[in-house]
Amino acid sequence: MPRQLEGSRAVAEAVALCRPEVICAYPISPQTHIVENLSRLVKSGELAPCEFVNVESEFAAMSASIGASATGARAYTATASQGLLYMTEALYNASGLGLPIVMTVANRAIGAPINIWNDHSDSMSQRDSGWIQLYAETNQEALDLHIQAFRLAEELSTPVMVCMDGFILTHAVERVEMPTQEQVDAFLPPFQPRQLLDPDEPITIGAMVGPEAFMEVKYLAHAKQMQALELIPEIAADFKDAFGRDSGGLIRSYRVEDAETIVLALGSVLGTIKDTIDELREGGMKVGAVGITSFRPFPLGAVRAALGHAQRVLVLEKALAVGIGGIVSANVRMALAGIQLHGYTVIAGLGGRPITKASLHRLFTDAAADRLEPLTFLDMDWDVVNRELQRMRSSRASGPHAENILRDVGPVAAGPV
Amino acid sequence: MKAPAIRFYQTGSFAVGNRLLDPEQRSVQAGEQRTNSITCGHRACQGCGEALGARYALDAAMRATNGQMIAANATGCLEVFSTPYPESSWRIPWIHSLFANAPSVSTGIAAALRAKGREDVRVVGQGGDGGTVDIGMACLSGMFERNDDVLYICYDNEAYMNTGVQRSGSTPPAARTATTQAVGPEPGNVFGQGKSAPLIAMAHEIPYVATATVAELRDLEAKVQSAMEVHGARYLHVFVPCPLGWGSASKDTIKIARLAKESGIFPVFEARDGEVTEVSKIRRQVPVEDYLRPQTRFAHLFAPEVRTDVIARIQAGADRNIRRFGLLGSGADKEGAVLVGTCADQRTGTCAGPGQATCGLASKAEDHEAGR
Repeated sequence: MPRQLEGSRAVAEAVALCRPEVICAYPISPQTHIVENLSRLVKSGELAPCEFVNVESEFAAMSASIGASATGARAYTATASQGLLYMTEALYNASGLGLPIVMTVANRAIGAPINIWNDHSDSMSQRDSGWIQLYAETNQEALDLHIQAFRLAEELSTPVMVCMDGFILTHAVERVEMPTQEQVDAFLPPFQPRQLLDPDEPITIGAMVGPEAFMEVKYLAHAKQMQALELIPEIAADFKDAFGRDSGGLIRSYRVEDAETIVLALGSVLGTIKDTIDELREGGMKVGAVGITSFRPFPLGAVRAALGHAQRVLVLEKALAVGIGGIVSANVRMALAGIQLHGYTVIAGLGGRPITKASLHRLFTDAAADRLEPLTFLDMDWDVVNRELQRMRSSRASGPHAENILRDVGPVAAGPV
Repeated sequence: MKAPAIRFYQTGSFAVGNRLLDPEQRSVQAGEQRTNSITCGHRACQGCGEALGARYALDAAMRATNGQMIAANATGCLEVFSTPYPESSWRIPWIHSLFANAPSVSTGIAAALRAKGREDVRVVGQGGDGGTVDIGMACLSGMFERNDDVLYICYDNEAYMNTGVQRSGSTPPAARTATTQAVGPEPGNVFGQGKSAPLIAMAHEIPYVATATVAELRDLEAKVQSAMEVHGARYLHVFVPCPLGWGSASKDTIKIARLAKESGIFPVFEARDGEVTEVSKIRRQVPVEDYLRPQTRFAHLFAPEVRTDVIARIQAGADRNIRRFGLLGSGADKEGAVLVGTCADQRTGTCAGPGQATCGLASKAEDHEAGR
């Protein structure tokens, strides 16, 4: 039966259905509601056996997850933004050791300037950490992806990050179908660790590895992700059989068959993009969308197949690779190697700036007419930027950027956002 | 559990003297059942205090847990010298993750064991002073305050030895390291810095905190045993001289550890729930100069001129320890001590006399005479 649930609560309940044995929690917005809900489920005894550990940092959260996973426990944690960066060292360690930890990232911007709102800067910064990264479009998909993530992680013995847009999904109350415990138990077998700290069969985990073997060990993480390219669609198909829903997979296409312009994006913004496409299609524009669910591994073949026939591709990104522009775009370009088409990188929605249908209308229309710059910043206030650049030119002591710009912008409520 | 009050006078290691004891009084290392948790063939330097301390501590922990133990290790000398694969020296389930996170990894292991109903399996976390008192302090403090069921052992050699002897928060004043060099008007590490991890641990009011040195290995074993008899967060801080970093002779590791205790430089005590409950008294006090002289990290205090001012400040620090922990006074020597003969090597006719490698207090000729 469908229920109206906050995204965080839906994910928490789905995670609980996966019977994690150790949950490490450290608060950071907009992830916090997930672990709060799990804390209640553990404390009340609804989720048992499970240890809920209130750790002192995200670094400790991932570290304790490493210890728990290596001891054969199904381990889960959640984080966002600065927290993800604070656990970076442990992220690489978890993947290097091949420990199948599942973690939610409630996507949020990275400071400075400090900002709690949504974009993808956090998880994109960890794209090379060796973790599989799955991006949810809706709350339903977010909860479904968590159930799939545990199976994927444990089959490959590699960690999986489920990324869901902070606030936009985590704090939105939406209709979701929550599976039953029996359904999840049938879909997700108990954790059988590939390596185990066991006094009866002592092994060493985490030994020093020199040049003679380092590349080979590192390659295995890549090999597992290449296997994931096969496994992710299989698990999504099994999931559909078991739960009757299309969730997950590598990519998801929308009205691309005859599309001359294809918009590629990740996460919840796909909803707005699809609505905009429907409206533009009514006006005759041949536009479609491709949503990437699996960003790591990056499905080069599937992306190439989905985009190859288009005349132009617009990659809408909620993160900025300072000094070059797009992160997703660079990956898409690899997928399209040898194919000549117009490619646009659009940086949008940084720090929670709303991506509106009105803006997307203009953007897609400009793209279809090839009036876009190769690197476009959606809804950027260039006056504000130029004023600050002018201040920098006129004085070596022009002061802090954010504070100068805030003074120019004025109180948030004073004008249109 | 308290170490039996057995006083050996003949050696530095105590292990040799086991043959003079009844079997039940012998150390874990003397038993055929010892696990060799860290077995031979590792790549520690000659005279490494950490390798010695880890061997005794872990084998004692294995005995205390009936072999049901998992260890987590911080990055550092102990991890590096024990694991260049496929030459792992560990005969226990052992994991190394990162430099700063051994306490948290231990927390995770303990949580997993609890979730699985395997609380019979115990967890030991371990690291050097850098991994413990500096970069690992946040994780350690978190593990303490949650009272996670982990014994964490810090092998304190007072600097970052694995990276080439740089100063840590455990480096003593005036000591020369690669980042506190013996140059300028105040050579070596500055005064008024550094921290006591055992006192920080006690401030968490965890059930058990103890210090030990590799000069008193039976005491170390007994403290590991005591630590394993309770649950919750426990902390053991072991003083482990480093011949490489300290510029001391490999043969003097135990002697220097003993001098640290006998001078008051390193107080040896036990604390429960935040209160000091046992103190190892100084048996015969020595001036800190005796401790400093054999270490080239303090050579600048003795040449080209003797820095009596600096030595006096170090002495004042030791005196403060002596007052603070009550390290002087009726030593346990007299109370129920089993005095074990004279120098064992004298008995067997192999004693080389004062200065001989195995003599802990070999600089004092009278220690070679009948047990005092």
